[in-house]
Amino acid sequence: MVKQESESTNRPDNTAFTQQRLPAWQPILSAGIVIPGFVLIGLAFIGIGVALLVTSRSIQVLELDYTGDSNGSPCSSCSQSVIANCKCSLNFTLTTLFQGPVFFYYGLSNYFQNYRRYGASKDDNQLYGDLSYFTSPSSSCSPYDYDSSKKPIVPCGSIANSMFNDTFTLTWTVNGTTNNVPLDGKGIAWWTDYNIKYRNPSVTPLKNAFNGTVKPINWAKPAYELDASDPSNNGFVNQDFLVWMRRAALPNFRKLYRRIDASGDYQKGLPAGNYTIDITYNYPVRAFNGAKKIVFSNVSWMGGSNEFLGIAYLVIGSLCVVMSVVMLIVYAKFKFPDEE
Amino acid sequence: MLRRRLNRWFGGEDRRVGSRTIYVGHRPCPANEVFIPPKFCDNRIVSSKYTVWNFLPKNLFEQFRRIANFYFLIIFLVQVIVDTPTSPVTSGLPLFFVITVTAIKQGYEDWLRHKADNEVNKYRVTVLEDGRRIQKESEKIKVGDVLEVEEDETFPCDLILLQSSRDDGTCFVTTASLDGESNHKTHYTVPDTERDVESLNATIECEQPQPDLYKFVGRMHIYKNNEEPSLRSLGPENLLLKGATLKNTQSICGVAVYTGMETKMALNYQGKSQKRSVVEKSINAFLLVYLCILVSKALVCTTLKYVWQSKPGQDEPWYNEKTLKEKETNLYLNMFTDFLSFMVLFNFIIPVSMYVTVEMQKFLGSFFISWDKDFFDSEIEEGALVNTSDLNEELGQVEYVFTDKTGTLTQNNMEFIECCIDGHQYKYRDASSEVDGFCVTDGPMNTVQQKAGREREELFLRALCLCHTVQVKESTEQGQGQDGRIDQVDGLMVDGQVVPPLQEQRGFIASSPDEIALVQGAMRYGFTFLGLESKTMKILNRANDVEMYELLHVLNFDPVRRRMSVIVRSISGETLLFCKGADSSIFPRVKQEEVEKIRMHVERNATDGYRTLCVAYKHLTAEEYDQVDSGLREARLALQDREEKLMAVYNQVETGMNLIGATAVEDRLQEEAAETMEALQGAGIKVWVLTGDKMETAKSTCYACRLFKRNTELLELTVRTLESPGKRREDRLHDLLLEYHKKTVQDAPPAKTRVARNWSSQDYGFIVDGATLSMVLNSSSENNLHDYKDLFLQICQNCTSVLCCRMAPLQKAQIVKMVKNSKGSPITLSIGDGANDVSMILEAHVGIGIKGKEGRQAVRNSDYAIPKLKHLKKLLLGHGHLYYVRIAHLVQYFFYKNLCFILPQFLYQFFCGCSQQPLYDAAYLTMYNICFTSMPILAYSLFEQHISIEMLLENATLYRQIGKNAMLRWGPFLYWTLLGVFHGLVFFFGVWFLFSNPALQDNGQAFGNWSYGTIVFTILVFTVTLKLALDTRHWTWINHFVIWGSLAFYVFFSFFWGGVIWPFLRQQRLYFVFANMLSSVSAWLVIIVLILLSLLPEILYVVLRKPRGPYARQKLVQSSAGGIQSPRSSARPLLMRTFSDESNTVS
Repeated sequence: MVKQESESTNRPDNTAFTQQRLPAWQPILSAGIVIPGFVLIGLAFIGIGVALLVTSRSIQVLELDYTGDSNGSPCSSCSQSVIANCKCSLNFTLTTLFQGPVFFYYGLSNYFQNYRRYGASKDDNQLYGDLSYFTSPSSSCSPYDYDSSKKPIVPCGSIANSMFNDTFTLTWTVNGTTNNVPLDGKGIAWWTDYNIKYRNPSVTPLKNAFNGTVKPINWAKPAYELDASDPSNNGFVNQDFLVWMRRAALPNFRKLYRRIDASGDYQKGLPAGNYTIDITYNYPVRAFNGAKKIVFSNVSWMGGSNEFLGIAYLVIGSLCVVMSVVMLIVYAKFKFPDEE
Repeated sequence: MLRRRLNRWFGGEDRRVGSRTIYVGHRPCPANEVFIPPKFCDNRIVSSKYTVWNFLPKNLFEQFRRIANFYFLIIFLVQVIVDTPTSPVTSGLPLFFVITVTAIKQGYEDWLRHKADNEVNKYRVTVLEDGRRIQKESEKIKVGDVLEVEEDETFPCDLILLQSSRDDGTCFVTTASLDGESNHKTHYTVPDTERDVESLNATIECEQPQPDLYKFVGRMHIYKNNEEPSLRSLGPENLLLKGATLKNTQSICGVAVYTGMETKMALNYQGKSQKRSVVEKSINAFLLVYLCILVSKALVCTTLKYVWQSKPGQDEPWYNEKTLKEKETNLYLNMFTDFLSFMVLFNFIIPVSMYVTVEMQKFLGSFFISWDKDFFDSEIEEGALVNTSDLNEELGQVEYVFTDKTGTLTQNNMEFIECCIDGHQYKYRDASSEVDGFCVTDGPMNTVQQKAGREREELFLRALCLCHTVQVKESTEQGQGQDGRIDQVDGLMVDGQVVPPLQEQRGFIASSPDEIALVQGAMRYGFTFLGLESKTMKILNRANDVEMYELLHVLNFDPVRRRMSVIVRSISGETLLFCKGADSSIFPRVKQEEVEKIRMHVERNATDGYRTLCVAYKHLTAEEYDQVDSGLREARLALQDREEKLMAVYNQVETGMNLIGATAVEDRLQEEAAETMEALQGAGIKVWVLTGDKMETAKSTCYACRLFKRNTELLELTVRTLESPGKRREDRLHDLLLEYHKKTVQDAPPAKTRVARNWSSQDYGFIVDGATLSMVLNSSSENNLHDYKDLFLQICQNCTSVLCCRMAPLQKAQIVKMVKNSKGSPITLSIGDGANDVSMILEAHVGIGIKGKEGRQAVRNSDYAIPKLKHLKKLLLGHGHLYYVRIAHLVQYFFYKNLCFILPQFLYQFFCGCSQQPLYDAAYLTMYNICFTSMPILAYSLFEQHISIEMLLENATLYRQIGKNAMLRWGPFLYWTLLGVFHGLVFFFGVWFLFSNPALQDNGQAFGNWSYGTIVFTILVFTVTLKLALDTRHWTWINHFVIWGSLAFYVFFSFFWGGVIWPFLRQQRLYFVFANMLSSVSAWLVIIVLILLSLLPEILYVVLRKPRGPYARQKLVQSSAGGIQSPRSSARPLLMRTFSDESNTVS
């Protein structure tokens, strides 16, 4: 008996696992699966690619550069001057309806929002409305954490300090009458940014929360006065501010400025006619060879216009089809010698 | 296991000089007024590395000595000190993980060593103290203790023999575990100490411990009743070494002189050198490449950064001013810190977690060896043992197998198989057959007579009983039952199964186990050798009468004559000469008409792998005898040329004999030895037999194992072939070497055709013996030494099998070392069971111990231990192959996945002003290797069976496909690297094109940089996981679980990580980024298309690769397997099979 026991302790377990005999699925990429699979995938991709391309082509985009680096351009005077709130205006004409909903973007180029130090230069706790960080901003905000008189800057950091501060108004001239095109500034930032990630301190009035702090150096107005027209659009949850704080991935980027309010005449988009954009030119970009532009675009289910996806799908779809043809040839070539 | 280092700590250098004085039994001696008990180390054996207390610091130190760990530590420190893009946690956490896992593993292994140490240290020994016997633990033995050791016990420390239970003051010892010599050695007691050990008053003065086993100098002062102390000199013959075993002696008493780490055994122990596998070397080479890539990446980025900054307006745009501190620091210092920052940013390219995964894979994977029930041997009730898990994959790379013969290839269990008397074959059948167990199984074809005459039979058996030098073992009281059976090494052998119970305890001692087998064979047939008493040999014959023969002369065996004779006189006064020897030496000396009848049997027996001996006899007339007698006496007294003279007399006597018959003795091969050897050779492994045995024996074993085949041409380089008239041995050696070299190397077909050669072409077998080998290796410098060695090696390497006989243990290791260091540094494996194989087991890349009968020395020093030789086949062809493929894939995959992980991050630097902006979030950077992609590859590397084990075993040639580190050479590495680069480019630029318009949602909102990184990362995780899925040929539920599980985990984690505002984070970078990404159709589409694009070439490759290479190989497999139809299943080319199978169903 004892012997048997010792045997059972010494003898390896005879289980599928220990004996490496677990039942296993042994897939084989056989031509019988791969060729039809490739044809199917290829056709599907070509289909998607065509759809994407058509969609992308149907998206209307209007880009207007207003940097003013060439002398003839409307904003050249503003770009050279250092006057705050320099005004200039841009005209464009639509011959057909610009299908709505129309989005109004501003674009910057050669602007490195993805610069590491720049990106780190903010204090998320402050922006979350934590008052204790108002008085002592994070050191990552340096050199925009305290002003020259050692007062804390709120919101601190490079990103906030460099917030885009050109403003635009759009007017539509039709039959000699000039109408202000209503621009909707709500919902241009991520919902979660607006509602959760950024918060104003729960102090009323908001202004009191900022006691003892100063506004960022480049700002004309403190954070709690960003939007005079809408008191709820102030502080850290100001939509323009939120849009700016979401750093762009690449040095040439566009950010959502406004949506054309789809009401009245603009229900279907921007009707044909002459338009004028009045620009309050504040934001200097020529120092780093940057450029500024205004983009009007409508979007589809896939977002803004982007031909890359459609082309990629078309190319890869056809690649799959070609490859399945190649494999068929290989099949035909190698099948017969094997039959011998 | 025993560390020399430790020993050095214990035995301080100053104590080494001079001598030590030992008080026997700790009794103060009259001469010394003041008794100062000297301090020596205790008898503890310490092979463990750590104690509970020093484990942490010592283990950490050892771990950080590894280059990789040190590198990560440095990266970590850089992150802590310098302002770097990623937080120290990103590299600290994986490093912590690595260190912890390794520490746990090493701790576990050390715990095992502690256990083994304890087994030795807690062994109970008997100490004589004040006339009483006290049981003590072995570790408590102190120098000066008087110990009692009983038969078959090993000595717990080095002892001076004081008293023996044998009358003559001797004891017998085997030192098999020390030097591998398994014969009995005689040791002597110190004179005058014999009688009264209890009251012995003596001191021993001896040298300090030194490792030479055969040197010992000391003297003993014996004090008796105030007499002048008598002095006795002590030499090695008085010293019993720890590790040696007492034999044939009931008990001895001895005084401990060296204990613990100061014993000669401990001093002699070579610390197990760290064996590193080729895979590890490959890893290091690859690592170097990646380190270069890393450094150049960092350099490129640093350079670009400063080039970019030198352009006006770029260095410090107004929106991103530098801090005061940055402005003030020196430009070059800045450059340096930037460089470091880039290093940190890209450091993930060198996979920390690879080391962990590799370690885990090895550790866990090795369980499959010990779990394998095929390795379980029901006889010893044990399975395989894995002593190190570092060499699993090396088992798949073996090119040379060095095997011991006795006990490894053979069972070391000589058995009398059959004999042939006058051309009639007699085969012993078990007791169930005729009463005397003697029956005719096969007669010569042309004779009617069925049985040889009775008197011929009896003559033959008498010859067997008389013609030998066997001694009967004195049966001791302890020697009952199993005791008598233990010692088969020494030729003490009792076949308890067959012999009648009366004779069960009868043991025989002889220099050669063959003789015992013969005597026992005769015993089975009714003639029992009772022993030799004062020149009289007694035989118990079939009728149970005792026959007496006076032994007149023994004409000893020698390898040149290859026969031995005895001259005896029977009671009736007849003088008889019995002679037995190799057929070649007997046949010319007997009457020719008798030869033919026997020759047939002998040849058949020889080809069956039996050792054959022919037996002849001769009546000597009185005159003849007188002549011989005087001749022998004269020759023996001769002072000059005694050997030659004796030989001449021998040759003169041993002529004109009558051939009686022949015997066949089998040294039984291990189960399936031949099949195993054949499989190994089929796998392209060269098998070398290294044995201390005689050439003939070894050769016949080689034939039996089918290492030599019938058509194998044997090239002999032995003392015998060197013996040629009129030539110096050296010249002859030179000639032979050149001749063989010409044959095997120069005339051999060029390498190209040899690869594809089939086995019908000439095979060569090479035989060399120890003496010749040492001539080759140590050939005096005047004969250009290198030439010989090279020639020898080249010959050996071109032979299918090599037999080295008459090898000393050290020579075995020398051979292994020579091959190991030869060109191409082939992977060697040594397999053996005895202590004499330890040196070669330690020397070879992989050492395998057989859990045989010769003790556990080999097992303890081996890397793997298996119960039987036959298990080697599965160990190499099955486990080894799989382990290699698994780990090779693991390594390549790891480098690949980290390359395509980091490449996008590198590329991103071109688009963010080289500001070290990480592309991925810190959590992703950290988790990528630990969580998201580590488990699938670990599961793959544990469970993958690209070819089923059965197929691997059936088709030995498959082993060649992975030979020479095939999967880790630069070719495959380049392939994987290019794949990684391709994937990295696809990931980054695919998304880059997408982000030319960052408004990717249907609400017009734009995505930011973290979205960019997350999309790239999602594609990355899915692609590398699916790439592995494509490579997986063997999907167990674990693979499914782990592959789909880690993808699911990634998605789940990303949601979770982005779904909560984490209070401990300074920046909530990823807040809802993942969820937002998923809400964008474009992101989905780009992820799908890029994954497919990345995998497309892989799929194409998998599908198209198959028809060519392996198919051709497959044909070779079939032809080389000698017509054996290899099963046409999974080894067949993938595409071919599926095509043809389909076409069958279609048409």
